[in-house]
Amino acid sequence: MNASARGLASLTWTPAARTRALGLALIALSILIVVGPFIWVLANSFKSPIAILTGAWSFTPTLDNYVDVLSSKRSDFVHALATSFAVAAASTSFVVVIATLAAYSLHRFAWAQWAVRAMLVWTVAFHVIPIITMVGPWYVAFRALGLYDTRTALVLTHVVINLPVALWLMMSFFRAVPPEIEEAAMVDGCHSLAAFWYIVLPLVVPGLVATGVLAFIFSWNEFTIALNLTSQANATVPVVVSKFANDYEVQHGPMAAASILATLPALALMFFGQRFVVQGLTLGAVK
Amino acid sequence: MILRDLRDPRGGGIAGATFKYWSVAPAVLVLAALTVLPALALLRMSVSTITFADGREHWAFTPARNVAALASDPGLAATIVNTLLFVVVAVAIEMAAGLALALLVGSLTRGKGVMRTILIVPILVPPVAIGNMFKLMYNYDFGLFNQILVAVGLPAVSWLGSTSLALWSIVLVDVWHWVPFVFLILFAAVEALPVDVMEAAHVDGANRWQMLARIKLPLLKPAIIVALLFRAILAFKAFDEVYLLTGGGPGTSSELVSLHLYRVFFEQNQLGYGALLSVLTIVVVLSLLGAGRRFVVGAGAP
Repeated sequence: MNASARGLASLTWTPAARTRALGLALIALSILIVVGPFIWVLANSFKSPIAILTGAWSFTPTLDNYVDVLSSKRSDFVHALATSFAVAAASTSFVVVIATLAAYSLHRFAWAQWAVRAMLVWTVAFHVIPIITMVGPWYVAFRALGLYDTRTALVLTHVVINLPVALWLMMSFFRAVPPEIEEAAMVDGCHSLAAFWYIVLPLVVPGLVATGVLAFIFSWNEFTIALNLTSQANATVPVVVSKFANDYEVQHGPMAAASILATLPALALMFFGQRFVVQGLTLGAVK
Repeated sequence: MILRDLRDPRGGGIAGATFKYWSVAPAVLVLAALTVLPALALLRMSVSTITFADGREHWAFTPARNVAALASDPGLAATIVNTLLFVVVAVAIEMAAGLALALLVGSLTRGKGVMRTILIVPILVPPVAIGNMFKLMYNYDFGLFNQILVAVGLPAVSWLGSTSLALWSIVLVDVWHWVPFVFLILFAAVEALPVDVMEAAHVDGANRWQMLARIKLPLLKPAIIVALLFRAILAFKAFDEVYLLTGGGPGTSSELVSLHLYRVFFEQNQLGYGALLSVLTIVVVLSLLGAGRRFVVGAGAP
């Protein structure tokens, strides 16, 4: 656009239209800032080592980096994928069941106020402290129990780190169920277990999905615990991915490819369950 | 009547009474075994020296030695300063950018859902992948940042290798990672702003800035404080990206509290002193939460 055209544009634009254009430009910029790094790393994951080192913008795409990550004995990426899936699936199943039962009990039954409060205060405290402070005692305990470097240790710790958010989420979903529905069930002769199973639980299925999706993602992404409670045999995807950055001989192409591969499950869940993810993240943060 | 029966375990029959207790039991058990016991173990560790020999651990009661280690820890002062700088600067930028984005996206007439979907992606990506991605982008020779600098005629910069820049490079990654979280909370609050109040202000002739300063910001204040409190406290957790990008270096120039604890525990194998530092960290974080909570309640937030 030359100077006279720009002058003309500013003459014909109302201040409101200019503010609007500025707003849209900022929105476009924010999208670029979020998406740009992914695109740049994605591009590098398809580059040969020489194309990476020269910072070439045009290059012949190659799958070598992905082949290297997925087949190299050194990184054991495929084994880590299996470990991560197993740990995330198991810990998610456990935490959803445990949190749902506890949330229902705390919400529905006549617990003393101090008991509910103690539960909430304790879970908030545990949620906000840096997790590395707990990894020390876990390390000592799991070594003593012979659980160091086992999937069991990862499942147990991932259950407990996801328990606070899962509990608060499910409580807020139970609160949204009108009490009249349960009363009607009780009038019809349901005892409380039946009312819970047949009446209330089907109503909170969106909550179960939101909790499950978030717990799975957080378990999949978790690094601090997996780094310190496992060694080679049960390394998860984040632990293996971190090795690409910290090995003596950094391999940039495989590092980019591994990062992209590690991100895919989260993106997949994002697209299939984004309504639940958004709901879960917002509620989990605010309640 | 029925509701009281429900709420009274004795009135709910045998099934109701036992259901009340066994349903909460697994959660209590998990929390007791994996948080309460470890917390007690941490307290015991903090006054002990633990060594591994003959395939088992040996505990010795050495409170004075652990406290003395506090004074002779060469990285501690730098860690405290770095953590404070990191938390204050990163959270300030995240709050400002998150609020601006929430207001901006809230003012859109179309595409709000798509924007929200795109903007929250960084929260869901493994932090380790984010660390790797930025490590590539910070690369001196071919990284995106230096490519941009060189393209506009500036000299290339050692983003992670210079003592004066490493911490701020970490801050930048944290901002990229967590602005979306602040945005998400504040966007929900922006969408919940009462329409009738907005319209009334508009009819009364309030301009854009008056709307923002006199109407929107006061109404958003509780949500802003909640987001601020959350980010300020959770910023102490930052570990994955620092571990990958700088490992706390060069020297101790980007060492943050979680990384320092990791080094004491797992690189220097000082379980006792690490536990003492952990206890102190927990006390600081929980005091911050307590002080912040009073503030939140005062502001009328949920």
